[in-house]
Amino acid sequence: MDAPYAIEMVNITKRFPGIIANDNITLQLRRGEIHALLGENGAGKSTLMSVLFGLYQAEEGVIKKDGKEVKINNPNDANDLGIGMVHQHFKLVQCFTVLENIILGVESTKNGILQMDEARAKVKALSEKYGLQVDPDAKIEDITVGMQQRTEILKMLFRDNEILIFDEPTAVLTPQEIEELMEIMNNLRAEGKSILFITHKLNEIKAVADRVTVLRRGKYIGTVDVATTSKEEMSRMMVGRDVNMVVDKTPAKPKDVILKVENMTVASKMHANNAVKNVSFEVHEGEIVCIAGIDGNGQTEFVYGLTGMEPLVDGKITLCGEDITKSSIRQRSKLLSHIPEDRHKHGLVLDYPLEYNMVLQRYYQPEFTSKAGFLKRGEIRAYSERLEKAFDVRSGQGPITIARAMSGGNQQKAIIAREVDKDHKLLVAVQPTRGLDVGAIEGVHKQLIAERDEGRAVLLISLELEEVMNVPDRILVMYEGEIVGELDPKKTTVEELGLYMAGARRNVNIDANSAEIEPSEVERKEEA
Amino acid sequence: MKEKKSLLKNPSFQSILTSLICIVLGLFIGFIVLLMINPAGAGEAIKTILLNFLTRASAAAQMKALGNTLAKTAPLLMCALSICFCYKVGLFNIGAPGQYEAGACIGLYAALAWHCNWVICLLLAALAGAVVGSISGALKAYRNVNEVISGIMLNWIMLYLTNMVLSGKKVKDPASPYTIKLASGNKGALIPTAGLNKLFANNTTVTIAIPLAILFAVLIWMILSKTKFGYELRATGFNKEAAKYAGMKEKQNIIVTLAIGGALAGIGAAFLFLTGYQEWSTTQTSVPGMGFNGIAATFLGGLHPIGTIFASFFIQSITDGGALINKSVYPSQISDLISSIIIYLCGFVLFFKFAMNNWISKKDKGGPNVNDVPVTDDAAKAKGGEK
Repeated sequence: MDAPYAIEMVNITKRFPGIIANDNITLQLRRGEIHALLGENGAGKSTLMSVLFGLYQAEEGVIKKDGKEVKINNPNDANDLGIGMVHQHFKLVQCFTVLENIILGVESTKNGILQMDEARAKVKALSEKYGLQVDPDAKIEDITVGMQQRTEILKMLFRDNEILIFDEPTAVLTPQEIEELMEIMNNLRAEGKSILFITHKLNEIKAVADRVTVLRRGKYIGTVDVATTSKEEMSRMMVGRDVNMVVDKTPAKPKDVILKVENMTVASKMHANNAVKNVSFEVHEGEIVCIAGIDGNGQTEFVYGLTGMEPLVDGKITLCGEDITKSSIRQRSKLLSHIPEDRHKHGLVLDYPLEYNMVLQRYYQPEFTSKAGFLKRGEIRAYSERLEKAFDVRSGQGPITIARAMSGGNQQKAIIAREVDKDHKLLVAVQPTRGLDVGAIEGVHKQLIAERDEGRAVLLISLELEEVMNVPDRILVMYEGEIVGELDPKKTTVEELGLYMAGARRNVNIDANSAEIEPSEVERKEEA
Repeated sequence: MKEKKSLLKNPSFQSILTSLICIVLGLFIGFIVLLMINPAGAGEAIKTILLNFLTRASAAAQMKALGNTLAKTAPLLMCALSICFCYKVGLFNIGAPGQYEAGACIGLYAALAWHCNWVICLLLAALAGAVVGSISGALKAYRNVNEVISGIMLNWIMLYLTNMVLSGKKVKDPASPYTIKLASGNKGALIPTAGLNKLFANNTTVTIAIPLAILFAVLIWMILSKTKFGYELRATGFNKEAAKYAGMKEKQNIIVTLAIGGALAGIGAAFLFLTGYQEWSTTQTSVPGMGFNGIAATFLGGLHPIGTIFASFFIQSITDGGALINKSVYPSQISDLISSIIIYLCGFVLFFKFAMNNWISKKDKGGPNVNDVPVTDDAAKAKGGEK
């Protein structure tokens, strides 16, 4: 017999009403390997992990640990078997310190008093062993996302878990943090931990994983060695067809100015300084402009200011020749569509059915509301069905599916459908491909380019370097709330872009953008 | 078998079933308490609570008692609607009693001091409730003050304010702590009976308030589920940020919601005090139970405006029935005790619904219920770990 697997899930089948989330799936995790689980949104990855973690019970199939069949009825069982999980959305108590979060649930006490010293020593030892830098006394709300993730990893290690599940761990990280995470995962493997790595980013699989199991629409497609499989092959396994990894587009034909931002300044909610400082630029009809930058450099606040969610401290916004600086969100939405950064917080009313979400920006229009103020439910249903079909939004029960019950990718598709279909001249797309798989990303990019070619202006805000390099016609780099550079994606390199994003370089462009960078800044740059 | 399963999964059926379970359980625990106090009369007492007006000797007396229960169901229903409406918009209007007090205050003052007719009194009562409700609403919208906290405080503020205002010379009966009877003070302020009193052995407290309250229930249901206004309000309740993103005036919606809730509770007070059923006692030192019972009626009614009609009647009926328990066998507090135990259990509807769904999903070998089925990734996550 082969060396028994650390964990084996054999012929797992899990059904939900209207859908088979896992159809006869087998997953075998060797001891001391990083095993990637690859699949599109809604392919059944998370359901499978939920079965492993005891959140769901499979109808068919068995789970074996070290060759012995085990029963996992709840997360506590999973924990007892040494299975730990870092969720995509962290489960940390915001107002507790790192250390308090790590020991939460496994505190050792003496006469009812917490014994922290022992725990502190153990956490310190673990963080040194695996290169997990954390400040044990910092509060979660004060630390970066990357450090929060390290806290989650330490939580698993503190519990002596042998099998570690990472659920799309890189979705929230900056490029640098992603590299650090990869390093950490390598360290963990070297120490004999077995890692299940859920992702749909092929680069990351290539970088760290040993083997990869691919799921598609709830079915098991295969398990292959990463070293001998190309990215193209993997993406074909995942999507079921060839995926064009390079974005096809013709050169842009920019025309009239659609959006003009002058000296925009937006206050920060986090600190006393302004989050967006004196930003000016233009976006033309028929071009895609991308604001690139590392997360947290004012992009979010900039979008809030632009869309009317937050007031401006200073500056002026002109949309299609109209001053909208003080306009309400609703007034702006006549010409502006907004794919928000956070689809759960802003983009959807999760407890509403899909059809109601499809009309979230238009419900008040005569098409969907009668003069007497009653909703035209028939029209809403028909509209939703049309959008679902046109944009391939998949859901369990069609228009009446509660948005919460849809997969992340399909939720995003629904938002894009809604925003693209409504009247607009400017599309503001904030990280529109966040958390999407290769196939879906391709679709979104095509959509953005189609928008451009139909003569609209597209403002893309992105953190993904690949997207920044491939999709837009112009790149503006934002650093600490300022536009520090304008680049031509055809002429620049990732390395150069990285320097701008890290604030190590500034430029003044010859064309339209030149006016907004103050002379003093140019001098500063030249001095540097 | 298959049919039975799908029936159990039907949300409306579930609501009704869980409400009935709560009622039965409440009666059972009430019965045990009665047994513990005095086993001899327990069976008789629980029967009295349940049968309420049917325990009366003659048909005419029965109808008259039923009329009384109905007369008090109308205000209770209005309070329940107030809470139900706000709850659907994500706000817990525990300030309903305060809004009810404001309605009573201005409604009675307008009737007795200004000699307005009943329509004006009713409208003023609604307005007073709306004003009190919108105070909580404004605090919530602009200062993020929890509406439960501000609501509870306003309940007490309004109680004593009402006592003070209604102690005025023009409105208070000098011989008692009560306000002047409308029948002698201002007949025009009495809500018309429109002949309904004839059906209930000439019980003049049976007025058009009762059909009006039912009409309000239907209206609230229509607004919430069928109109643009309801769509906005519920979206705001579910996700304030998304409502803002969609260009809704989310702050205004919160205030409007609590103002409407307040108006409903204010009308509730008018529906009691403008029927001449009872007078306001200016020496009372506790917040009237009507608003609080409204909470129970809301949950027992499955958080559905139509459901609250039946729930309100039931709760009022057992409250009245409780008052008929033989006081020579049981201490006089027993009626309140038993009805409050039952009402308390009524609040457990959501708990039972949750338990039932778990039970069903266990039977289905782990599949969650249709209503909250997380089909795929994100939902699975949301359900799996977050809370």
